[in-house]
Amino acid sequence: MSAINHHVPDAMLAAYAAGTLPHAFAVAVASHVSLCPKCRVALEAHQAVGGAVLEDTNAVAVSSSLKDSILAQLDNPFTPEPVFERNGIYPGPVMEAMQGRAPKWKKLGMGVRQDILSSDAHGSVRLLYIPSGQAVPDHSHNGLEMTLVLQGSFSDETGRFGVGDIEIADETLEHTPVADPGDACICLAATDARLRFSALMPRLLQPLFRI
Amino acid sequence: MPRQEREPVSQSKTDYSQQTMWMLAVRDNRDRTAFAALFDHFAPRLKGFIIRSGASAHQAEEIVQDVMLTIWRKASMFDPHRAQVSAWIYQIARNRQIDIARKENRPMPEELKEEPGMEPDASQILGLEQEAGQLKQALANLKPEQREIIEKAYLGELTHQEISAQTGLPLGTIKSRIRLGLERLRHELKDLKQ
Ligand SMILES: [Zn+2]
Repeated sequence: MSAINHHVPDAMLAAYAAGTLPHAFAVAVASHVSLCPKCRVALEAHQAVGGAVLEDTNAVAVSSSLKDSILAQLDNPFTPEPVFERNGIYPGPVMEAMQGRAPKWKKLGMGVRQDILSSDAHGSVRLLYIPSGQAVPDHSHNGLEMTLVLQGSFSDETGRFGVGDIEIADETLEHTPVADPGDACICLAATDARLRFSALMPRLLQPLFRI
Repeated sequence: MPRQEREPVSQSKTDYSQQTMWMLAVRDNRDRTAFAALFDHFAPRLKGFIIRSGASAHQAEEIVQDVMLTIWRKASMFDPHRAQVSAWIYQIARNRQIDIARKENRPMPEELKEEPGMEPDASQILGLEQEAGQLKQALANLKPEQREIIEKAYLGELTHQEISAQTGLPLGTIKSRIRLGLERLRHELKDLKQ
């Protein structure tokens, strides 16, 4: 496997384990962990801390009927939650965000395409397709953005990002990612705010494309 | 911390902690008595834990019920080479609380499964138990303020911006153990460097 050089910061893995990351970032972190054994190890270490906290929590007596009620339900039929397997370059959590379908690309111009997987007031998750040699449009961040490379690679002022690498950028980072030569770069981009692609298109068009 | 000597091969699973024994009996033999013992140990702690994260006593019991049923149903996913029972249950409980709060399923990493017919590695399971015991001890030894911050973080009361990367807990050695548990599943990870 190729080496992953850009990882999820430890505090973010702890927040993911505790469930306090916004949904969009949780999709990106779960996807990176699916590809990255190092972050999986770190995540499971945080779960071990969570387990230690649980063990140490003061017990509160449960009602006397609870145990029998649960034991009586053990044989009840239940529907297992669907498991989304990795499909090609798309890890399970991305397949889940796409609800098992293939990407539905929409052209953004200059060969760049996107597929918005979810978008609401708390953030958005999208796939981006950037042809080789093409700049990922310069965008101003209104918050935090996580970009996970699924195919190809891009480079910017902070380094090179290949498959499995995750870039975490906040509004203080002025950067211009460019897709490297080779396969088109496909990334998962998660934000906790709306993105503004300032160089790509007039502001008036932005609502149309929801970016 | 001195490196642990490799456990002798003769070490048997009877040395596992009670919780691990119960969970393996549930996983491998669908043992209801062992499940009842897990309930007696974890249900009151889960209830306290869930109430601390803001649920009413009634809601907490509903979540405890969901978590206990999930333990029974997903027992095949429990891997004692990588996780203590408490760590595994912690994650199930947090998932359940989040799913209920947000009315949507939390994104989860792809699960790694054992190849069918893999022999358990008692020294790895015991080694992980030892590390987890030391982690628990380290948590107990923290200053009360420091410990409260950690409890808040893992109860889901802090945002990622509020969680400091420096928790004061030594996670390096348990990571080494978990990495061994992962390598057991995926031979291509053998070269993985920290
Ligand atoms: Zn990583």
